[in-house]
Amino acid sequence: MLAFFIRRIIYAIIAMWAVSVISFVIINLPAGDFVTTYIATQLATGNLILEAEAESLREHYGLNDPVYVQYAKWFTRILRGQLGFSFEFTEPVRIVLERNLLNTLLLGTFTVVFIWVVAIPIGIYSAVKQYSVGDYVATFLGFLGLGIPDFLIGLVALWLILDLTGFLATGLYSVEYRTAAWSFAKMWDLAKHLILPVAILGTAGTAALIRVTRANLLDELKKPYVTTARAKGLTEWQLIMKYPVRYALNPVISLTAYVLPFIISGSVVLSFVLDLPTIGRDFLKALTAQDIYLSGAVILFSGWLTIIGTFVSDLLLAWVDPRIRLEED
Amino acid sequence: MTTETREPPAPLDSGFRRNDDASARIGDASARNDDMSGGDDGVSARNDVASGGNGDSPVAGDAILSVRGLETQFFTDEGIVRAVDGVDFDVLPGTTMGIVGESGCGKSITAKSILQIVEAPGRIINGEISYNPRPETNSSTDLLSFDANSNEMRAIRGGEISMIFQEPMTSFSGLHTFGNQIDETLRLHTNLTKQERFDLGVDWLARVGIPNPTQRMHEYPFRFSGGQLQRAMIAMAMCTNPRVLIADEPTTALDVTTQAQILDLLQRMQEENDMAILFITHDLGVISEIADEVTVMYLGKVVETGPVFSFFDEPKHPYSKALLTSIPSMFTSSRERLPSISGSIPHPQNRPMGCAFHPRCQSFMEGTCDVREPELASVNEAQEVSCFLYEE
Repeated sequence: MLAFFIRRIIYAIIAMWAVSVISFVIINLPAGDFVTTYIATQLATGNLILEAEAESLREHYGLNDPVYVQYAKWFTRILRGQLGFSFEFTEPVRIVLERNLLNTLLLGTFTVVFIWVVAIPIGIYSAVKQYSVGDYVATFLGFLGLGIPDFLIGLVALWLILDLTGFLATGLYSVEYRTAAWSFAKMWDLAKHLILPVAILGTAGTAALIRVTRANLLDELKKPYVTTARAKGLTEWQLIMKYPVRYALNPVISLTAYVLPFIISGSVVLSFVLDLPTIGRDFLKALTAQDIYLSGAVILFSGWLTIIGTFVSDLLLAWVDPRIRLEED
Repeated sequence: MTTETREPPAPLDSGFRRNDDASARIGDASARNDDMSGGDDGVSARNDVASGGNGDSPVAGDAILSVRGLETQFFTDEGIVRAVDGVDFDVLPGTTMGIVGESGCGKSITAKSILQIVEAPGRIINGEISYNPRPETNSSTDLLSFDANSNEMRAIRGGEISMIFQEPMTSFSGLHTFGNQIDETLRLHTNLTKQERFDLGVDWLARVGIPNPTQRMHEYPFRFSGGQLQRAMIAMAMCTNPRVLIADEPTTALDVTTQAQILDLLQRMQEENDMAILFITHDLGVISEIADEVTVMYLGKVVETGPVFSFFDEPKHPYSKALLTSIPSMFTSSRERLPSISGSIPHPQNRPMGCAFHPRCQSFMEGTCDVREPELASVNEAQEVSCFLYEE
């Protein structure tokens, strides 16, 4: 078990380094650099920037160095916790990320919990009562949720709610609470605003997880160990919950690898549409402005979170599945 | 082979009790079904002969398990498959009934029908399964009168009638320890405490010949070999002292040496516990070793039934004869082709008219076999055959 643990940690570290290289390449892929965009926006507002000034900006930010030097500088700074300066927000990247970190975590966590709580029971029901009316309804709604992009559902729901109740469901806080200190009233206000984005973000994830749970469980229900359990005299639900569901949840546990990055970057487009103050929204702004340090940091962290998530799911699988835990000795 | 040997292992005797409420309910239900189980003379005649070798030959009509007119059908998209199509047989207390037939003849479905654990889209359409655990009182119960998920049926499953399966390697959950899985059976069918259940599990593992039983209780099935798993499954099925054990091809997935050990173990268990066995197999060698009586099935129907010696010495049905001639003999030269039954089993949805075996039959009689369906009838004191060759 210890050898298994150490090997996974070493793999994770190598993968994290590789992700940092890829992230850096990606943020440098678009033609031009931040200064080009900066000049363009300044021109648009009527400010003329001299070539010399632009050049000094490039020099200042090290944009004239060879690519590998830029990478080395960027990566060593990140390891020291210096995430760089956001040109778009004209403040350090760290400040930008920290400002909306709590909102992002709240939205992401609630969405993940929503997906699990809704999808797993429906998936189990769908498999056990295969081809029943309930199964068809779940399948239909599931594909609908998978097929319709979340920003479209978001816009339609926004309009419907406004039209029916007069409640404007954008953002995460009403104006009066935005800068207020935490109180019960503010939390209640947040809860009201969270419902819509959580439900919308959850639909696609729920649909996918229903299908995964259903398919896994359908495979497991035909296995001989289920017949053995039935022949013991267990009730149908007792035996289904104890045996095949346990088996069917293994692949679901593997999906936790994607839960962590999803919390950060799953809400990018919807945050933009619903004007949610999340890191996802800032990330989209940074991307369109070629704000390399901010977007680089988000891409890098999403990648790292995927790796950490994979590591965590490996540990979880080893914990729940003796075949993995004991075979690795 | 008396009912006294039915007691559980001595050291654990005190705490071991069947769930009284369940058996009480079974008794109640039997009152309703008494009228159906009585008087089947053809059957009792056969029973007498079958058990003639035993000192304490059972009295007429005291089969512990009696299946009559069982029909189980599968409602698939392509149509109805009549997997079990009117099957009759009896299992006598303390004896072994072997059911033989090719793959797909309905033997496993018959076994699962007895416990009502046929998987969807299969459904039991018709029939009667009389379970008579106390022959002296003749209080038999029709198991099919219980709902598949009822408490009564669940008390029988694993408690009164246990079952072991073909593939021991996949018949356990790999995510639970063996101890957990045997504990569950005991929890369902006894009132023992956790510690008593554990001790009984250890005791049974030892009785089926697994070394280090205490340690094995904490281990996961993938640490057991195939033969050990089949032993463990037998322990799990036997730990509630069932009166009937259904063994669905329990040796098919095992190598020949292990196969022989498992058969020995089953016979020992049968003697120690005075238990009836319904043994399902396609292997006639295994049947000759373990069965007292044989029922031959073809396409969901019984074609022949009788004592095991009559079956091997004087098989009556052309299908039984063909099966027996296709066994390789020690004296056959290796150059000789092994006789095989011509043709192949028809798809159950394309059942031939008349006798289902007629397209492959050596003794086919045109105008009879392909027109009418034969019925199971006695040909002598011991054997029953469903074939026009023996019709008067």
